[in-house]
Amino acid sequence: MKAFIALEDGTIFKGISFGASGERLGEVVFNTSMTGYQEIMTDPSYKGQIVAMTYPLIGNYGINQYDAESSGPKIEGFIIKENSKIASNFRSEKSLGQYLKENNIIGIENVDTRSLTLHIRTKGAMKGIISTIDLNPKSLIKKAKDSPGLIGRDLVKEVTCKKTYKAEGTIRKNLQLKTYSLKLKKVIAMDFGIKYNILRCLMDVGCDVTVVPGDTKAKDILAENPDGIFLSNGPGDPAAVTYAIEEIKKLLGKKPIFGICLGHQLLGLALGGKTYKLKFGHRGANHPVKDLKTGKIDITSQNHGFCVDMNSLNQDEVELTHINLNDDTLEGMRHKRFPVFSVQYHPEASPGPHDSRYLFKRFVEMME
Amino acid sequence: MPKRTDIHKILIIGSGPIIIGQACEFDYSGTQACKALREEGFEIVLINSNPATIMTDPETADITYIEPITPEFVERIIAKEKPDALLPTLGGQTALNTAMKLQEMGVLDKYNVKMIGADHNAIKKAEDRECFKNAMLKIGLDLPESEMAYNMEEAKKAMKKIGLPVIIRPSFTLGGTGGGIAYAEEEFEKIASLGLQNSMISEILIEESILGWKEYELEVMRDKLDNVVIVCSIENLDPIGIHTGDSITVAPIQTLTDKEYQKMRDASVAIIREIGVETGGSNIQFAVNPKDGRMVVIEMNPRVSRSSALASKATGFPIAKIAAKLAVGYRLDEIKNDITKITPASFEPTIDYCVVKIPRFTFEKFPEAKDVLGISMKSVGETMAIGRTFKEALQKGLRGLEIGHAGLDNKQSYKNITDEKIKHRLEEPNASRIFYIKYALQKGYSVGEIHKLTKIDPWFLENIKDIVEMEKEIVKGLRLKVKGKIKRKSAIKPEALLKAKQYGFSDSQIAELTGSNELAVRNYRKRYFIKAVFRLVDTCAGEFEAYTPYYYSTYETKDETTPSKKKKIMILGGGPNRIGQGIEFDYCCCHASFALKELGYETIMVNSNPETVSTDYDISDKLYFEPLTFEDVMNIIDREKPDGVIVQFGGQTPLNLARKLEKAGAPIIGTSVKSIDMAEDRKKFSKLLKKLKIAQPESGSTTSISKALKIAKKIGYPVLVRPSYVLGGRAMKIVYEENSMLEFIKEAKEVSGKYPILIDKFLEDAIEVDVDAVSDGNITVIGGIMEHIEEAGIHSGDSACVLPPHTLGDDIIEIIRKHTHAISKGLKVKGLLNIQFAVKQNTVYVLEVNPRASRTVPFVSKAIGAPLAKIAAKAMAGKTLEELGFSEEKKVNHISVKESVLPFSRFSGVDILLGPEMKSTGEVMGIDASFGMAFYKSQIAANQVLPKNGKVFISVKNQDKRNIVFIAKKLEDMGFEIIATKGTHKALRSNNIKAEMVGKIGEGNSKILDYIKNGVIKLIINTPSGQKSQSDSKPIRSAAVMRGIPCITTISGAQAAVNGIEATLKNDFQVKSLQEYFS
Repeated sequence: MKAFIALEDGTIFKGISFGASGERLGEVVFNTSMTGYQEIMTDPSYKGQIVAMTYPLIGNYGINQYDAESSGPKIEGFIIKENSKIASNFRSEKSLGQYLKENNIIGIENVDTRSLTLHIRTKGAMKGIISTIDLNPKSLIKKAKDSPGLIGRDLVKEVTCKKTYKAEGTIRKNLQLKTYSLKLKKVIAMDFGIKYNILRCLMDVGCDVTVVPGDTKAKDILAENPDGIFLSNGPGDPAAVTYAIEEIKKLLGKKPIFGICLGHQLLGLALGGKTYKLKFGHRGANHPVKDLKTGKIDITSQNHGFCVDMNSLNQDEVELTHINLNDDTLEGMRHKRFPVFSVQYHPEASPGPHDSRYLFKRFVEMME
Repeated sequence: MPKRTDIHKILIIGSGPIIIGQACEFDYSGTQACKALREEGFEIVLINSNPATIMTDPETADITYIEPITPEFVERIIAKEKPDALLPTLGGQTALNTAMKLQEMGVLDKYNVKMIGADHNAIKKAEDRECFKNAMLKIGLDLPESEMAYNMEEAKKAMKKIGLPVIIRPSFTLGGTGGGIAYAEEEFEKIASLGLQNSMISEILIEESILGWKEYELEVMRDKLDNVVIVCSIENLDPIGIHTGDSITVAPIQTLTDKEYQKMRDASVAIIREIGVETGGSNIQFAVNPKDGRMVVIEMNPRVSRSSALASKATGFPIAKIAAKLAVGYRLDEIKNDITKITPASFEPTIDYCVVKIPRFTFEKFPEAKDVLGISMKSVGETMAIGRTFKEALQKGLRGLEIGHAGLDNKQSYKNITDEKIKHRLEEPNASRIFYIKYALQKGYSVGEIHKLTKIDPWFLENIKDIVEMEKEIVKGLRLKVKGKIKRKSAIKPEALLKAKQYGFSDSQIAELTGSNELAVRNYRKRYFIKAVFRLVDTCAGEFEAYTPYYYSTYETKDETTPSKKKKIMILGGGPNRIGQGIEFDYCCCHASFALKELGYETIMVNSNPETVSTDYDISDKLYFEPLTFEDVMNIIDREKPDGVIVQFGGQTPLNLARKLEKAGAPIIGTSVKSIDMAEDRKKFSKLLKKLKIAQPESGSTTSISKALKIAKKIGYPVLVRPSYVLGGRAMKIVYEENSMLEFIKEAKEVSGKYPILIDKFLEDAIEVDVDAVSDGNITVIGGIMEHIEEAGIHSGDSACVLPPHTLGDDIIEIIRKHTHAISKGLKVKGLLNIQFAVKQNTVYVLEVNPRASRTVPFVSKAIGAPLAKIAAKAMAGKTLEELGFSEEKKVNHISVKESVLPFSRFSGVDILLGPEMKSTGEVMGIDASFGMAFYKSQIAANQVLPKNGKVFISVKNQDKRNIVFIAKKLEDMGFEIIATKGTHKALRSNNIKAEMVGKIGEGNSKILDYIKNGVIKLIINTPSGQKSQSDSKPIRSAAVMRGIPCITTISGAQAAVNGIEATLKNDFQVKSLQEYFS
């Protein structure tokens, strides 16, 4: 079955459908990871986005229940060059196509994904539509143009948990949980679209994690008297999640805080900084990030379209700790007085390198 | 952490001659390192014995030694040059082993030379199996169960403990020499004893068999601050059990989830840290059990390697260059990514295409050896192909291999292959297994069945099945039933054609399937705008703008090339290395590019060999990594519209395309296609020689067997038979009588196809001479005249030669000069010219003329101190030799000897006798003031260490008996003891030379074999005649090869060896740099 992708600037890409049929709107972005398509599809930060993989051969190792980063795929659509006819891996349970169909996600293959990538790189990430039912370019382009886009949109509310839950038991673990003789650290994680692997990493370093909805009030969190608070990753424009920013302000200085990705951006806003949209974002597993203190470089997993403006931060209060060596954008910060730090990238990886896993230990040390 | 200031002068050791397991990838890495370090202001001292390298060009390093790479020679250079540091990680195993020896001998400490990159401890930890095993266990990594053994007894005990089958791996060897897999006890003993012999420290590892597991490689880099990046991941299509150099490999990894890949990445990072490779690149190999994902570490190379060259070409990340900069103190983030210019080298390349590397074998050269693959490397070259899918890359790679396949085609019809044969060819790894997978699929085998037989991952098999299905679609789409008859419709549907092209089908493959021809398919698809587009290799999957024009073709929507308005010349490379066509031609192509750039042209390189310097994106203005076929080259020509195309530098590969390219409108420059044809066509060529009154051995040519016999009879035996249009003397033989004649014709016809068989009078005992010359179309200047050491009849690529000639009279040399000028004029040569002469009884015969770059061009250039290929390229672009300052033959005062290097130790059971079919893989050069010393150096460099004392075994054929006396006398005078067989013994005794007599093996005596095996004999001179005598003495020669005892099989070679021994006994050797020779 034929399928089209239309971009708001009038560009059309053609392909063949291999997932569900239908029509979905979203921001069209590309990811340069060569492995980890399942983790990417299930990462809630991709809510509202149609993801194109730059690596052309996808689906090779199928899908398994252990590599999901949330309850199911969160992307709006999936664009690739070639879908593997076979899923070859001892852990594979089903094919990519089957998984997309089961979860009602449109997948499109046979697309010249490199041309799409080059287009987005030069013109920027933009609104688009993916469709298997409407193959009229004009109508598709109009729909893309008329769609709301990401700026100013709070997508957290669509992916955050409805109810508070304990991390243990709800997440399938394929990692051996280490046994700690020490007392577990009590951590409350604000869920703006949290990835399972963050919870796994926190548990691995000895945290007892309670996940709360993204709109939980600061006083309710503090009432639990946690050892530390974690601000999760998540989708959309951080500036639109005003309620969270307000609550984070109230948490500052009260308890140790660690933020990742959207959590980092919300923290930046809570500290009085500004965020802006990157031209086409950082999405991949090969981004070099430098620790400004040690000079060491971590190869990091990244997925963000917005960024904290480093010039907007009060540097008497906030220390810039990490930068991206590709474009010198801010990747990490630390509060000078409070036990508060955050990174823009994903130390929990999944997919991607494990170079910066040590940050979870740092968080635990902060809670000592 | 910027550059180190405590070192100024750095010694780099090259890898020596091209051998199996160590090819031009180390010229690529060494050249990159020299350039990178000189850029930083360091003074570079280089040693390499291989003249056919860009790194030994006097411009590459500051001080260049073409001397044997042995600890003794390197010590001499260190004493003379006093470098501050030694960089041992860029010259393959040769450099690594030499550096280790220098450290152990105390040389480095004595002269205060620091090892940079990797030090003695790190190298030992990685290379010594026991140390490596302990290191891996320490960091909690899994390995196959294994035991070390230092003698047969221990080996057997270990084998019993682990249980058969086991893998035997000797420590400190190259490309797995002497290793193997043993299924039975007897086999085990054989391989284990060989391994113990081959190991530098008589150490072998006996290992649990993990045959059939999936094999992976990661290329890792580390800097001084302990930043580590993975440059490339590689998955082998062929599972564990086949040497990675002999496996089809794919980048990036295809069948691992991110969880599994990251586990491997974590392990790699931990390994490079634990081993302690301070800076630079390493290659780490893993195996994964496909059933449960158990991952084990196989080995680590603490240096750049063949795989790192592949990884560099596959990703655009120049590992060797960066390794060199890291070695002198830079951090990864202080080095810019050349391709994006703005991002740093401290990242991990991500690619948006699929890369397939396919090894090239030459089993046809060694008919006695089986084409079975195992853990000891057998391939002599490789090709790499880039496509947007695995299918496309695989098919491009198969046609890029230049073994007569147009892709995954149907050279054999599956219908004619029995199930038994299919099963056998699938089960036992071999050079053509990939095609048998196809035949099996065509025969209806399922992916599951094939997986069971081959253990190849089903993902690859399923993709091959896609190709087979597409093929059916192409065939079906073409036939239309018209009035009950099957008729071929002339056209295939454009959509199907586009899909076929996206699956990598070549035009000629489609033509074959549709009963059409290549040109018709080409024109048809162009009519429907189905054209190749070119995409960039950019290290970042399009995320950043790329500035380096490094392209591959595919069939998609957007073309990323930006053809300029400049005058441009395209150079066609030589494709994968093979015996007869290797690094020498790549050297010439690089020089053409340098020369034309100097003249202001834009240069465009086309090649498919990832090992080479020419496929470094730094060499030419534009690089197209494409197969060298008519279709692929024309696609580029259509896009770039070059002003000139050079076909005479890449060996036979581009030359074979010349006619077709010209017909299609390509502007071939230099010697005309017509002249090339005239030189290759025997009839036309004979006519020319007759006109020029130049002698030629009597000859004839025919396509019929009976006529061939008649011609041979008329000319008189012995005759030389060969097919036309082949390189390296393939299927060429000297035939002494009619029966053997019949046999050889049959074989020759198979090779030659539609071209006729050539029969020449064989000039016995003639002296062969090679001439390289260059012409601007007006005047011709001789570059060098080389006298072969071995007599005519031995392929020029296999024989040693000396420049200038050391026995030819001035009158003969003058005739050779005259003939060269006449032929050059007659052929209207513009560019390079190579002529082979034979001199017999003062008559000069012409054997062969090649109006193109020859294998000896780099050697001659180094010997005379003038870059012949560069001069030729400029002449082809219209410069006169006068303008280029090369209007007169150069005179030199030193002697240069070229010696060839043979791969016999790789092919057990193959006789080492030389003949008209070329067998050598590479060459070395010895330079000195005297012939004896130059020859001696060349022998050491070729790993034939001539003894200074001890026992010499002599057994020669009757016609050599007179000549051997003089040689034996000299040996006796120099203090050698002689052992001889009956006939030789008699000849020596009657001339008052003392000798011990031993019986011939053919007569049931094995004493001589014991002598060889026990190391009593230090040198063997053995010239057998006739079939019987050859097979009689074969065990002697085989034993010599296995024990590494020099074995000389020609009387002229023996004469030269005696000269060499004499020279070293008289004088100690000296080292002298090229810059000193030509200052």
